[in-house]
Amino acid sequence: MMNQGEIGLKGRIDIQDLKVTFGRKGNLVEAVSGISLHVNPGEFVSIVGPSGCGKSTLLNAVAGFVKPSGGKVLLDGKEIKGPGADRGMVFQQYSLFPWMSVRKNVEFGLKMAGKERNARESAARTLLGLAGLLAFENHYPDQLSGGMRQRVGIVRALATSPQVLLMDEPFGALDAQTRVVMQEILTNMWQRFRLSVLFITHDIDESIFLSDRLYVMTARPGKIKAEIEIPLPRPRVPEMADSAEFLKLRHELHSLIREESLKAMGGELKEGLGGFDTEVGPKGIQALI
Amino acid sequence: MNTTTGLLPAKQTYEYGLDHVDALEPMSDPIPERTKRTVKSGDSEVSTRPLAPVRKMLSQWFMANIVKFLLGLLSITLFVGFWYLATKYRWDFYIRFNSIPRPGDVFTEALSLAHQEDFYKNMALSLRRIVLGFGIATVLGILFGLIIGRYRLVHSLLFPILEILRPIPAIAWVPIAIMLWPTNESSIVFITFLGSFFPILVNTIEGVSNQDKILISAARSLGAGEFALMREVILPGALPSIFTGLAIGMGVAWVSLIAAEMIAGEYGIGYFTWEAYSLIQYNDIVVGMIVIGILGLGCSGAIRLMGRILMPWHSTNNGRS
Repeated sequence: MMNQGEIGLKGRIDIQDLKVTFGRKGNLVEAVSGISLHVNPGEFVSIVGPSGCGKSTLLNAVAGFVKPSGGKVLLDGKEIKGPGADRGMVFQQYSLFPWMSVRKNVEFGLKMAGKERNARESAARTLLGLAGLLAFENHYPDQLSGGMRQRVGIVRALATSPQVLLMDEPFGALDAQTRVVMQEILTNMWQRFRLSVLFITHDIDESIFLSDRLYVMTARPGKIKAEIEIPLPRPRVPEMADSAEFLKLRHELHSLIREESLKAMGGELKEGLGGFDTEVGPKGIQALI
Repeated sequence: MNTTTGLLPAKQTYEYGLDHVDALEPMSDPIPERTKRTVKSGDSEVSTRPLAPVRKMLSQWFMANIVKFLLGLLSITLFVGFWYLATKYRWDFYIRFNSIPRPGDVFTEALSLAHQEDFYKNMALSLRRIVLGFGIATVLGILFGLIIGRYRLVHSLLFPILEILRPIPAIAWVPIAIMLWPTNESSIVFITFLGSFFPILVNTIEGVSNQDKILISAARSLGAGEFALMREVILPGALPSIFTGLAIGMGVAWVSLIAAEMIAGEYGIGYFTWEAYSLIQYNDIVVGMIVIGILGLGCSGAIRLMGRILMPWHSTNNGRS
């Protein structure tokens, strides 16, 4: 209970009517249009949607890499002005510094915060130990497998004790087996640190397995199409994927996202087909598939 | 182990030769040195393991390099042999070997020069000019390269003028350099500097702008400010490209130095070589050339060695891919 009270204060993300547009006047592309959502402190929230729907743009706005064209992004009530170590970021591509050993990578955020060498070293070794990577602390990233690199990426993001973790399809580049293991590891780490997570994915099973709650986004320009609670109990285990509840959620999400994917593809097809598109709506594509 | 041996192509066992068992171990050993030493207790097989990779590496290195070494020796022998025959029989077929010194005479001359203080003075002066010119070029080239590569505004400001100056060979600067600088010495160092500055600059700019942007994003999300970004991410990320620039720059520095010494020199190995020609001491010309080659080789080797020391992560990467 004490723990719950403590975390009740920090790590709340509020996105209010967020708009992001790219490009210059005359050729504006609206990536994200009027999105409002929130992540409660300690909550695991996923955003699912068809590819190109602006999920990553949304996350980059929270990370501070992208300036909103309208609306606000708040962290614990304060507006986000730029990137910072209060939000740990895990990227889709491998983003470890290739010239630093695994441990130096993990220490990086602490070094930037001005922590002295001994404190950095012991903090990094503790975290690497938790992630089962202590034996590799002196390896270079190029010597690690994809799954290990991404685990180091997560540990590095956690090292500065951020209140929230932002993850942009972090397991997208991994094979299916590694992916499942990584999801379990992530769940364990998240429960241990009790921080808020905003997780971007296009993998429906992944989003159900990990999240407390998830948002479905529409095709570009991205809006929120649905908000879904995941009532599955914790701790989650891979066997749950066979439960009736899981299958029901998966079915529901599949149809929601399928609609949007078809819309997105319909748009692309229309552009590609020029004027001959009258028959090609979602129905027409369904027939093609 | 025997079953595994059967599965491997015979060629591989032959190539790695001497030690079958070690050669069959996977290249990437997932157990780091630290843990190997701590699990020593009792088991003799475990305790001997740290030595095995060393022996394996040595035997592999030996096998891989002995052929290379012999071939290298052969090409040198053929070259010197041709030189000897051509000069001994004074071959004359459009190219004339009449006045070209013979290898034996050059060798004798080199031995006698090895006792003369002036010869070392020439070498030392040339090396000093390289160290100064190339050193200043390294500092300024990397500094400007980092700033031009990082900031678009500076790029727009400085890049055009540098692009105009760049194609002018350093040697073409000799007359202006003599007018510009108060002493011969400083103008030679200036020419050496010019020769190496541009390759270093251009490669640094390239290294900065080709850097994976995701690494910069990662550093910023971990709280890195602009200066820390420069020192911790952009500079080390550009290092491989910078070292390419340094290697090229060192070559051009020697070309420029020798030319400048021949034209404007007082002392220096380039001056020594040209002076030998003027004084009809033909053996000295060849000794000068060989010394220039050896000094240049040594300088390039020093750059490569420094690259390996400063970028241990880079060599492991190359070894794998």
